[in-house]
Amino acid sequence: MSSAAVTTASASPASDAGKSILARLGAAFVGRLVIIIPYVWLLFFFLIPFVIVFKISLSQTAIAIPPYTPALDFSGGISGFLAQLKQLSLDNYTWLTQDALYFNAYVTSVIIAAVSTVLTLLVGYPIAYGMARAPATIRPTLLMLVILPFWTSFLIRVYAWIGILKPEGLLNQLLLATGVIHQPLIILNTYTAIFIGIVYSYLPFMVLPLYSALEKMDYSLIEAAKDLGCPPTSAFWKITFPLSLPGVIAGCLLVFIPAVGEFVIPDLLGGSQTLMIGKTLWNEFFANRDWPVSSAVAVILLLLLIVPIMLFQRAQARAQEMDR
Amino acid sequence: MNATWSRFNITSIVLGFAFLYLPIVLLIVFSFNESKLVTVWGGFSTKWYVSLFHNQGLMDATWVTARVGLISATVATVLGTLAALTLTRYTRFKGRVLFSGMVFAPLVMPEVITGLSLLLLFVAVGLDRGFLTVTLAHITLTMCFVAVVVQSRLITFDRSLEEAAMDLGATPVKTFFQITLPVIMPAIVSGWMLAFTLSLDDLVIASFTSGPGATTLPMKIYSQVRLGVTPEINAACTILIAVVAIGVVIASLANKRREVQRQLDEQAAQRG
Repeated sequence: MSSAAVTTASASPASDAGKSILARLGAAFVGRLVIIIPYVWLLFFFLIPFVIVFKISLSQTAIAIPPYTPALDFSGGISGFLAQLKQLSLDNYTWLTQDALYFNAYVTSVIIAAVSTVLTLLVGYPIAYGMARAPATIRPTLLMLVILPFWTSFLIRVYAWIGILKPEGLLNQLLLATGVIHQPLIILNTYTAIFIGIVYSYLPFMVLPLYSALEKMDYSLIEAAKDLGCPPTSAFWKITFPLSLPGVIAGCLLVFIPAVGEFVIPDLLGGSQTLMIGKTLWNEFFANRDWPVSSAVAVILLLLLIVPIMLFQRAQARAQEMDR
Repeated sequence: MNATWSRFNITSIVLGFAFLYLPIVLLIVFSFNESKLVTVWGGFSTKWYVSLFHNQGLMDATWVTARVGLISATVATVLGTLAALTLTRYTRFKGRVLFSGMVFAPLVMPEVITGLSLLLLFVAVGLDRGFLTVTLAHITLTMCFVAVVVQSRLITFDRSLEEAAMDLGATPVKTFFQITLPVIMPAIVSGWMLAFTLSLDDLVIASFTSGPGATTLPMKIYSQVRLGVTPEINAACTILIAVVAIGVVIASLANKRREVQRQLDEQAAQRG
């Protein structure tokens, strides 16, 4: 905006000069504010909190309010600061490595998230492909139908599955009535239920980027391949899939990253037997009231996810460049 | 096009949408169940809706959630729109990479991390947990979603309109309010609605950052779900779904009407 203002000012007649300078100053000031306000907000409410989490993960658990002894209080001057540096401890991190529970929770979470991501891709790809090939007139409606569940509560959609997956639930009733099974299946409170929950809840996140990649594709390429004698399957793997790859990557990251730290799905559908790190962090915080250990759990989780998050940002930036 | 929309494509779409919608439909159907069991049909009844309105705890939570949602969505829309303008219009300034990182990271950040870190911030600065802290947390989360929605509209925006306005002597601020804002308004409205529903839905971040007296509806529903599944919760969920669905349909209809109007205007302009 400011560069446009400069060109306007230089082009305007002399009588307007005063106004143009004012406008220019105004534009510069407003331009600054446009950047500064959201910047400061995010620094304060997004970045600084992580620094605090890191700080508290290095402090000791204490029975107090808040339940930790503060690490790094700058009120004591340099000498006080140095004294405090000695008190910083990696105890919480050592604790995490000593108890196999945490290690297992991290590994299980990553595996569950990875498997669910692949499953979501397998379910989502045919839907996105079908949508992209649909007549142009009904595509907006289909798109709206994919987005709509995203607007309805996550909690409610997960809750809906309890009634379906319970031993006396609707799925078992249906399967027993049709004679497919003779014993009710135990699905609720198992890892299977978590997979179903994640695939179901995150499906729109997978379908949308896939659809936008597939919709842009030039389908005459497929026809050309067909004319040249390429069978449909190899045409898919040689043309369609590579061209949809940006959508595949974006969709997989959008599912994988939040799924690793998922809490609601393992808690409601996984029961007490299943282990995931988001649930561990929650219990550490709300049940054990151990703030330093839950902070340490969060720091490690963040370190685990930092590479996928950076990949996600790069994919976003690239997509933005392509849209320009 | 129709020839290539094969049976396979249609089947996958039908199955996919059945998978997406069946659980929600079943949930709604069983909210009208006479029986207390949510899985056995005992006849039609609206008694759970009646008992819902006599559940004071649930009503209080609804009121808190509505206020948090309205305030946080409105503030988040302003901040998110500013962030979107920054991302699209100021391509180089110090710390731009950090800024875009801070806008995109919350979109995928596991909620337990965001919730915990915000709580620790509020404790560190001495803010009592309650209505204000939930609202601040929701603003932070949802402004990033607004930013992404508005940004995608700004990218396709024809900047020659703005340049024309300024050539004709409009100040940048006036240009923004008279030209840019009306054009990106649909994106801002859908950003606001997205922010509102995200705030309405959020359980994890609210649980971390809320305190006594500021229990939100998802927190209330969650604590009741843990005690067992009841048709009353189904009724509460159905009302929530209805509110959101009506809102989305109205917004998309309004959007469509504006689009049609715009096309008519353009045709008129070309003829004239």
